[in-house]
Amino acid sequence: MKKTIFLGTLTAVGLVAGAAAAGTLDDVKARGTLNCGVVTGLAGFGAPDANGQWQGFDVSVCRAVAAAVFGDPTAVEFIPTTGKTRFTALASGEIDMLARNTTWTFSRDVDLKFEFIGINYYDGQGFMVPASLGVSSAKELNGATVCIQTGTTTELNLADFFEENNLEYEPVPIETNAEAQQQYLAGACDVYTTDASGLAATRATFENPDDHIILPEIVSKEPLGPLVRHGDPEWGDVVRWTLNALIAAEELGVTSANVAELAEGTENPEVNRLLGSEGNLGEMLGLEADWAKNAIMANGNYGEIFEKNIGENTPIGLARGLNAQWTEGGLIYSPPFR
Amino acid sequence: MTTLTDPQPESFRLSMLINDTRYRAYTFQFIALLAIIFCISLLGRNLVTNLEQRGLTLSFDFLGNPAGYDINQRPLEYSNNDSHLRASLIGIINTLIVAALGCVTATIFGVFAGVLRLSNNWLVAKLMAVYVEAFRNVPVLIWILIIFFIMIAATPPPSAFRGDDPSASMLFDAIAITNRGVYIPWVQFSNGFESIPIIPPVFDDPTRFSFFGLFNINVTVWLVLFALGGGIYAAIQAGKYIKANNVEVFALLPAFVRLLVYAIIAFTPFVIVYSLFLNVNGSQPATSLRFSLSLNLIVILLVLLLGLYVSRLIRDWADKTQEQTGERPTVWYWRLGVVFVPLILIFYLLGAYLDYPALRGFNFAGGLTIRGSLIALWFALAIYTGAFIAENVRAGIQAISKGQTEAAASLGLRPGRIMNLVILPQALRVIIPPLISQYLNLTKNSSLAIAVGYMDVTGTLGGITQNQTGRAIESVLLLMIFYLTISLSISLFMNIYNNSVKLKER
Repeated sequence: MKKTIFLGTLTAVGLVAGAAAAGTLDDVKARGTLNCGVVTGLAGFGAPDANGQWQGFDVSVCRAVAAAVFGDPTAVEFIPTTGKTRFTALASGEIDMLARNTTWTFSRDVDLKFEFIGINYYDGQGFMVPASLGVSSAKELNGATVCIQTGTTTELNLADFFEENNLEYEPVPIETNAEAQQQYLAGACDVYTTDASGLAATRATFENPDDHIILPEIVSKEPLGPLVRHGDPEWGDVVRWTLNALIAAEELGVTSANVAELAEGTENPEVNRLLGSEGNLGEMLGLEADWAKNAIMANGNYGEIFEKNIGENTPIGLARGLNAQWTEGGLIYSPPFR
Repeated sequence: MTTLTDPQPESFRLSMLINDTRYRAYTFQFIALLAIIFCISLLGRNLVTNLEQRGLTLSFDFLGNPAGYDINQRPLEYSNNDSHLRASLIGIINTLIVAALGCVTATIFGVFAGVLRLSNNWLVAKLMAVYVEAFRNVPVLIWILIIFFIMIAATPPPSAFRGDDPSASMLFDAIAITNRGVYIPWVQFSNGFESIPIIPPVFDDPTRFSFFGLFNINVTVWLVLFALGGGIYAAIQAGKYIKANNVEVFALLPAFVRLLVYAIIAFTPFVIVYSLFLNVNGSQPATSLRFSLSLNLIVILLVLLLGLYVSRLIRDWADKTQEQTGERPTVWYWRLGVVFVPLILIFYLLGAYLDYPALRGFNFAGGLTIRGSLIALWFALAIYTGAFIAENVRAGIQAISKGQTEAAASLGLRPGRIMNLVILPQALRVIIPPLISQYLNLTKNSSLAIAVGYMDVTGTLGGITQNQTGRAIESVLLLMIFYLTISLSISLFMNIYNNSVKLKER
């Protein structure tokens, strides 16, 4: 009897493994919810609020995609992933997309077989130290103990930076941001290093943020963006153009406040194409005509999402900088909707 | 004349496979075997096709690529330019370090707690019961985290030692206890030998063939592994043969010579096959496997071993004299002398001095650093597994009949000597078998190291390497092979020990 159950389970596992290869968009529609991989908790970028609702800059991308597909920004199942588990979760099909400060690198794109669908935050790796340490540059960190999140590009950049500058250091690998914070505050490491945006977000949650300074050196390029699996271009297009719709909406002046009004039809043909009152872009994607309108209504356009979650008026207080629209000297740029 | 009909010569009929009980069992076993093979090949095929769809193939070539990350605890020289293989090797050694430290400490904790739990002193017995129950019934991961966080919170950071009026100070001006680790003085040699760097050669392997396009089977490597396994098997068989036939000449040889003979039997085939391939296939230096041989350490070990051996000879001589004359000559100062005088002399000749840790820059430097992550993991594993070992020890002691204690007491032995001379030696044969599985548990539990950032093999190969290269299946396979090898080796050695202490039946 036991043997039969065992063999039956084996066969079932085999069959399930064989069947997981249909289109992701169809799977998501059939399931009724979007499985979105997010960070385990990083203030401003992705963390549950007091009511247990996930909020944040990356989370908003998930909500926008869910709104584009279902017209309902709450039809998302958020799956927290660590730096180590995120790629396995995506590759195995446990999540449909990953929106979690993940750096776009060659090997992740080509070797790990993922498709980065765009960049929603241009970041770089920085260092945070207690002000009492009296350090004003990362080049003075010879011999320091450095807390790093393991399984990220930061540990490779860190090794490169210290080698390049001929400095010694002692790495302390840590699994999650929360543990890193704890060790850093207890003085078990002198320096905490991660993406500058993450440092700002972490510092904002400290009791006395002013006791800690972020050093001026930015030691790497960290283009962060959502990603999907290789091999399903249709699904990749849906996520890519949802992000582009948010970016284009800011450029075209479409906000969550006026999107309903503008969707009735405007003088600007690109706005009309974007919001579905002209052309059939939604149909081409396999979605409803008002997909972009729903996506924008979910959390607003790119600029609104930025200001609401991580902008200068939030505790995190990040300036737009590189992440301003290209028309304002930044790098955020959407291909045309045509 | 009697007519006797010969019984018909039995011929095998196909129906007997079902109807005859002699064959039926085979039929069903065969069917079950087919079913198992079918299921495994189905799973294997699934794996291959799914990997193919993603455009991935199993390959271990990533081990040769530069790792690119740094490791804090480096028992061998390592930098981020070294290969993933070297990083894995560092991880393996770190695993072995914490496993060895943990096993020894757990045994000490366990034996003490197990013996004391049976104490007649009510308070001591109850305290030990509380220790055993508290540690046995809380998951080890929780203990690791608790101990680590207590260490971080309770001990001062290195910056507290700085300044004119520091809030923390070093113990005896020699030992610094910080929340990054404990820094202790360590022996250095001013007059010692240079270490010899060794880069072991490995052969190129032209003979590979592909296994269903899945992975390449490396014939030469398998041959070498086969030679190694065969040698070890031969050594075990030789040991059994010698034991069974009581070869007297062999028993007269000193222990380390006997060990040497076994080692030669075990490793000669491997060395021959390996050097053969080196010559035939051509060799290249494996920089990933480089290490430096410390001559100082070897010299000290040799002197120590020789001293211990001579000390043993003196003991044997004393035993003999006692048997012949009834009086035991006082030899303890001789025995101590032959061990320590040469050792002190060699330390003096090598110019040994103590290197004290001192605050330099952000951290303490000099001396020996025992990182907080190692201490937390080591202590947690030892105290957790110690609780289980305590129960094994208690079971072993209680398995010895009370008559033994009473008989020993009636001979006039004191309670401490009863325990050491009568009870524990007999209890050992009950204690050892479960002790083996506790050692295995401890070694396997050491893979929780990443919870405190200790870079064991699960942290390097199964953590950062796997994450940076995305080679999950290969990394996990290698990890499985490693833990399997380690566990089986521990089992082997503990079983040899068990055979030496178990009840000899003649």
